[in-house]
Amino acid sequence: MIEIERVSLQLQGAQILHDISLTLPKGGVTALVGPNGAGKSSLLSLIARLSPLQTGSIRIDGMPVDATPGSVLARRIAILRQDNAVASRLRVAELVGFGRFPHSRGRLDAKERALVAEAIARFDLTDLADRYLDTLSGGQRQRALVAMAYCQGTDYLMLDEPLNNLDMRYGRELMGTLRRLADGDGRSILIVLHDINHAAAYADRIVAMRCGRVVAVGTAAEIIDADLLERVFGFRMRVESIGGRRVVLHHR
Amino acid sequence: MHLCVGLALALLCAVSLFVGVGELSAGRLFGDPEQMRLMLVSRLPRTLAAVLAGAGLAIAGLVMQTLARNRFVEPATAGTAQSAEFGILLGVLVFPAASLAMKSLLASLAALAGTLVFLVIARRLPPQQPFLVPLVGLVYGGVVGAMVTFIAWRADLLQMIAVWTQGEFSGVLRGRYELLWIAAALVILAWWVADRLTIMSLGEQVSVGLGLDYRRMLLLGLAIVSVISAVTVVVIGNIPFVGLVVPAVVARLAGDNLRGALPLVGVCGAGLVLACDILGRVLRYPYEIPVGTVLGVVGAVIFLWLLARQTPHG
Repeated sequence: MIEIERVSLQLQGAQILHDISLTLPKGGVTALVGPNGAGKSSLLSLIARLSPLQTGSIRIDGMPVDATPGSVLARRIAILRQDNAVASRLRVAELVGFGRFPHSRGRLDAKERALVAEAIARFDLTDLADRYLDTLSGGQRQRALVAMAYCQGTDYLMLDEPLNNLDMRYGRELMGTLRRLADGDGRSILIVLHDINHAAAYADRIVAMRCGRVVAVGTAAEIIDADLLERVFGFRMRVESIGGRRVVLHHR
Repeated sequence: MHLCVGLALALLCAVSLFVGVGELSAGRLFGDPEQMRLMLVSRLPRTLAAVLAGAGLAIAGLVMQTLARNRFVEPATAGTAQSAEFGILLGVLVFPAASLAMKSLLASLAALAGTLVFLVIARRLPPQQPFLVPLVGLVYGGVVGAMVTFIAWRADLLQMIAVWTQGEFSGVLRGRYELLWIAAALVILAWWVADRLTIMSLGEQVSVGLGLDYRRMLLLGLAIVSVISAVTVVVIGNIPFVGLVVPAVVARLAGDNLRGALPLVGVCGAGLVLACDILGRVLRYPYEIPVGTVLGVVGAVIFLWLLARQTPHG
């Protein structure tokens, strides 16, 4: 369970987050949605202790993120930010292997290597395993980074716009993989998404944010509503039901 | 590849032991006490010094590039070596009777402070412009170096400061190079934390995400860079380009996974410095050209070749 209590954030005088309190139960896929500047990434960074907490408290399974040793948290939460400027000449398999660092401290035995191989296979990277990262396309590199975060084997997996750079097929596969991780392995997925339809199709829970505040929390059926979406995104879009699924026609 | 590089270094060591102004032949070495003395007092220390300094400087360059997340910086030009010179100069002015070890300590502390300032500046530069970091490094190193020169000039110590700004091995004798073993110890330490250094090269957020104590590792890396540079400056003098070109060449061949690449960087650094020292001994035989000068030329050529072949991100 992730408990966020009265969290505010100020950066260079600008108020990024306003007094956010939110409890996310363990398990399932939770999507953070909202327009640019809503504070989704900032909130994710705070939860994953990548930025220092200014006010309020955040606890993950009872552990305060600002007071728990980083190496302990690294075995409970994995985070992938969107602005990864990885220019390293590492091979894909080596990068994914570093996901095991919190557990192995760098010594990969047979069991650890099997986990790395499984992660590589799961994200369809087998053919690329021996390639250097700087020879890959943006989408391939993104998949390698997601595989590394997955390979960390944590209860909580947090991804900031992981669909960036992915084509439709790999975007769909990634969302499917995350869904299976939540259903099959009981992992909790927390994901920032831009495309509201991906959130509607795959998430158990949608947190809609705007201007540093949480506007609404609910299931896809509750959130995918023309009035509510207009309040969040600031413009009117058509919402249709196709085959029992809510679809937002936001393009025109 | 490791085997070839190792053999090449062994060969260079053998050559280094028998090249110099004093005649030395392998056949008479064990029969003639004078020959043995020359070997133990001069040739062996000089060879060891070149190997230790070369390996140390290459690793210091590698670690600094990891901390700055930029392939084009090295301690010899980005202010670390110049700060070390500053420390030595202060030592000479304030504690004229200080021992070599005491000077090394002062040089290390000054190098630590100077490198920290550089890293603070480097982190504020926009990451989209990778060439800005080494350029700012050059300017920064130049400013610190100019300060050293100015103070030395006012104190009438210019001749003395030249000993540290210009690296050379001709003064290395038994009893005057042993501080360099500290560099060897730090190279081993760097290898010990190689995985952590590789993770650091992926950036602060990935490091924190994987549970690394980023600040502590930053300080450890700083200490490795500063102490190796300072000890080398105190014993040998500044040697440019080793920390720049060796890690870059090895990264092209063996990648950035430091567990595997770090030993290769050390051995290649040792080989490069030793080869340049041998070159300096034979070019104007019986006179010598300082290794710093030889490397200035050789290193610049390798660096230009790298620039021509590689994008700043590569």
